[in-house]
Amino acid sequence: MNVSHLATRSRLLFEMRAWFQAHDFIETETPVRVAAPPPEVHIDAFQLTDGSYLRPSPELHLKRLVAGGVPRVYEIGPCFRYGERGSLHNPEYTMLEWYRTGCDYRGVLVDCRALLRAVVAKVTGSTILSVGEHRVDLAADWLEVRVQDVFLEYAGWDPVAHYDEDRFDADLVAKVLPALSIDVPVVLMDYPAEAAALARYSDSEPPVAQRWELLVGGMELANAYSELCDAKEQRRRFELWNQERQESGRDSYPLDEDFLGALAAGMPDCGGIALGVDRLLMAVCGAACIDDVRPFCWNPSEIT
Amino acid sequence: MFSVSDLRKGLKVEIESEPYVITEFTFTKPGKGQSIYACKLKNMITGTTMTKSYRSSEKIGKPQLNERKLEYSYQDTDGYVFMDENFEQVIIGVEMLGDNRHFLNEGIEVGVLFYNERVVEITLPNFVEKEIVYTEPGARGDTATNVLKPATIEGGYEIQIPLFVNQGDIIKLDTRTSSYADRISKA
Repeated sequence: MNVSHLATRSRLLFEMRAWFQAHDFIETETPVRVAAPPPEVHIDAFQLTDGSYLRPSPELHLKRLVAGGVPRVYEIGPCFRYGERGSLHNPEYTMLEWYRTGCDYRGVLVDCRALLRAVVAKVTGSTILSVGEHRVDLAADWLEVRVQDVFLEYAGWDPVAHYDEDRFDADLVAKVLPALSIDVPVVLMDYPAEAAALARYSDSEPPVAQRWELLVGGMELANAYSELCDAKEQRRRFELWNQERQESGRDSYPLDEDFLGALAAGMPDCGGIALGVDRLLMAVCGAACIDDVRPFCWNPSEIT
Repeated sequence: MFSVSDLRKGLKVEIESEPYVITEFTFTKPGKGQSIYACKLKNMITGTTMTKSYRSSEKIGKPQLNERKLEYSYQDTDGYVFMDENFEQVIIGVEMLGDNRHFLNEGIEVGVLFYNERVVEITLPNFVEKEIVYTEPGARGDTATNVLKPATIEGGYEIQIPLFVNQGDIIKLDTRTSSYADRISKA
């Protein structure tokens, strides 16, 4: 913990809220304790003694608000992920998530660029983020690359044509992210359909997921989708993921029928994005470890 | 067996019937993907290093290690001779001891880790006492503690000591950092 970084944190949160206020978003608070977390294959939730869970993200509740008629909404708050601890991970962390109707994943990219340029300039007086030895200028043109192209170039295979999950994750960390650790922000777009998470598919052949991740200096900062609005397809994915969870020896999660019901009743087309506030702060402060920018972290000795 | 959540710096594991110690550990988790636990490992017998990445579902071998307390006796041509409580001798070679060999005193107790009857790690007491057998005198009246000068301890090993410490003084030496810690007595 670093006292001056805490002051920067407070200022950053203030400027984020000011930006969203100015852009006609409403701030909201959805439940931290939930009955049915998204059953994503590699995201484990903490379970409480009554069987409910701490949310790994506010996604499902925020989408229920969007489906219920809120066109622009955001939340800043704690999220929890079991077993995630490292210099970029704390099991409890702060997420910023926002949704905008009437746009797709490109629309929230416009938001993201404007938001980051504005708030970082207000907080630091410049648009430069520091990640490792990289000085990433948010004011520069953001480099947009497709997952398929960078895997062909740096890993030598095509994950869109033939997806191999183990190889994808390993090569992403070992080959692709290092190659994309550069001094401008990188938008890694159009994931293989198998890695769509809660994003919709493109109309192209073969389809890709309308999903992007923002990388600064090789660090993943945000994840965005053209949100999947099709309740049937969403249920199919949830069930598939639960099956994969069970096959790998982990609990399946109850399905959030309220969320699926809201999709079935009709959620307007929208883009959504989740951004790690602690990681953004690390890049603003030039901190090497998440412990430096959070007031408290879990078992600091574990990662040194 | 260890699961990946046990992995951390300093943990001793077994890979293909060889003991390794984790010297660096990084947790990474790409986006929605699987956690990847990247380790830098040092072979405890050969000293060679390698890197290896694990995924959440993997299991890692746990080496059968026995720790015994041995007392240092003397050096002979085969190496350094230690004794257990039954006066059984164990001879440990110079390559296993490394710099630690300079910090042995007769009678000190060391922790010795065995893997299949083979010595793989030696832990000295954190501090040992050694005499300064040679150093240049410090300038008169110079009591600065942050300026260092070279000195030779018994056995011929060279360390850096504060200017006020003199030849013949007994010092306390930190075996973990191979460096001067304190002066015990003046010559």
